[in-house]
Amino acid sequence: MQNDILVEIEDAVFGYGARPVLKGINLTAKRGQVVAIMGSSGCGKTTLLRLIGGQIKAGRGTVRVAGESLGELDRAGLYRVRRKMGMLFQFGALFTDMSVFDNVAFQLREHTDLPEDVIRDLVLMKLHAVGLRGAAHLMPAELSGGMARRVALARAIALEPSLVMYDEPFAGLDPISLGVTGNLIRRLTDTLGLTSLVVTHDVQESLKIVDYVYFVSEGVIVAEGTAAEIRASGLPYVHQFVHGESDGPVPFHYPAPPYVDDLRLGAQSA
Amino acid sequence: MLKQAIENLGNHTIQGVWRIGFASRFFLSMLLHSGTAFRRFGLTIREMYFTGVLSLIIILVSGLFVGMVLGLQGYETLQRYGSESALGTLVALSLVRELGPVLAGLLFASRAGSAITAEIGLMKATEQLSAMEMMAVDPIARVVAPRFWAGVISMPLLAALFSAMGVLGGYLVGVKLIGVDEGSFWSQMQGAVDFEQDILNGVIKSVVFGIAVTTIALFEGYDAPPTAEGVSGATTRTVVTSSLVVLALDFILTAFMFRGLN
Repeated sequence: MQNDILVEIEDAVFGYGARPVLKGINLTAKRGQVVAIMGSSGCGKTTLLRLIGGQIKAGRGTVRVAGESLGELDRAGLYRVRRKMGMLFQFGALFTDMSVFDNVAFQLREHTDLPEDVIRDLVLMKLHAVGLRGAAHLMPAELSGGMARRVALARAIALEPSLVMYDEPFAGLDPISLGVTGNLIRRLTDTLGLTSLVVTHDVQESLKIVDYVYFVSEGVIVAEGTAAEIRASGLPYVHQFVHGESDGPVPFHYPAPPYVDDLRLGAQSA
Repeated sequence: MLKQAIENLGNHTIQGVWRIGFASRFFLSMLLHSGTAFRRFGLTIREMYFTGVLSLIIILVSGLFVGMVLGLQGYETLQRYGSESALGTLVALSLVRELGPVLAGLLFASRAGSAITAEIGLMKATEQLSAMEMMAVDPIARVVAPRFWAGVISMPLLAALFSAMGVLGGYLVGVKLIGVDEGSFWSQMQGAVDFEQDILNGVIKSVVFGIAVTTIALFEGYDAPPTAEGVSGATTRTVVTSSLVVLALDFILTAFMFRGLN
């Protein structure tokens, strides 16, 4: 059903200057789904997220969120669509001059005229959902990396968005925080009826929670499917990625002249 | 070699022109998005605390010492001509016309300007500004414009306090320490300092310096590469550029304001 689709990207192309990053991406995310975008570092995952957030515009192709084509919107239109989005940045991007409470209350105060006691209740509910109601008075500098990301998640869902995007939500977390964050993404998606787009290279953790996976390599989607399909995939790139093999289609060695030439062993033996 | 040098020159010129254009657009955008800074004046007042109130100590102490030095040096020169009673005039005119706005501007650039650049630069490096954008909140309106107006309002107040402390310093040294007649110190000052020509022009200077320093500080922070070196370089550029701009603007403004005066 067309109405089920919240994010739809058709043949999106984007480059920084002359360097192409995305070379014709097609992607859809349905309502209520957790969709993972995977790929090795520098493959264009975060760029793709920025495209969906409207922070950059596609050079070609269309990006639709909630039925609106982002490339055709002016600033006000883009801001209107962004109110339906939440974004979790890699390290939380909490406002360091505000307490945890004020961080979560930020959007409510900026975009609504709700009285302060209602805002208080809403903020505490969001913080409770991520298990940090007791940390409301703390400053971001007093939080661990995992806690900061959970606060950022509470902030991202403050206005009850339709779409939440996560940029590397599992990077640098201990195993407990990793599990907590993964479960939170799944639980919030189900209970709030969100669509979650997770950019990650943490295969094992994300395959536990996702409904659908897109693999990006060198700016194109090289594979897609459900978690079970990805696990069973015979594609060399996906196999290397899922099983963490050091060599394969993604080579271990950065391109270089022959080793023997570099060490000048040929000249010695001559 | 020569080709490389010409290429470098062209590259630097293009980058310089591009940066000036970007800074001009940034300045205009800041003015156009100033509504929030006035509608929610609490945001601007909060920033006035950081830029103005926290700069008070350095401004007041520097003002006092500058005034005391003026008292000593002025007396030393004036007494050669038997005009030590004009010490109050010398101290006050030096401060309200020149030293107050200029030195307060330089101190403001080092204390508040560098802090603004570092703060905005770090907000950018830690993606706080992007996060704000993604929350459909314009960082120019919410973060930049309140800091700009806080700087523009704080700067003349700081310059006035600098001058007031300087006059006090001159009084302490000239009257209390050296023994210049107190009545002539104040009366000559009162008679010689003209509100429009001296005080108002000093205020105009300090407003212009406030606009220049705060704009440079905000732009450097906003434009800083999102790395530790980027922020540190931007902070240095803020202090260097705004100090030079304050001195250059001071010459231009002085040339216009006091042209033809005796």
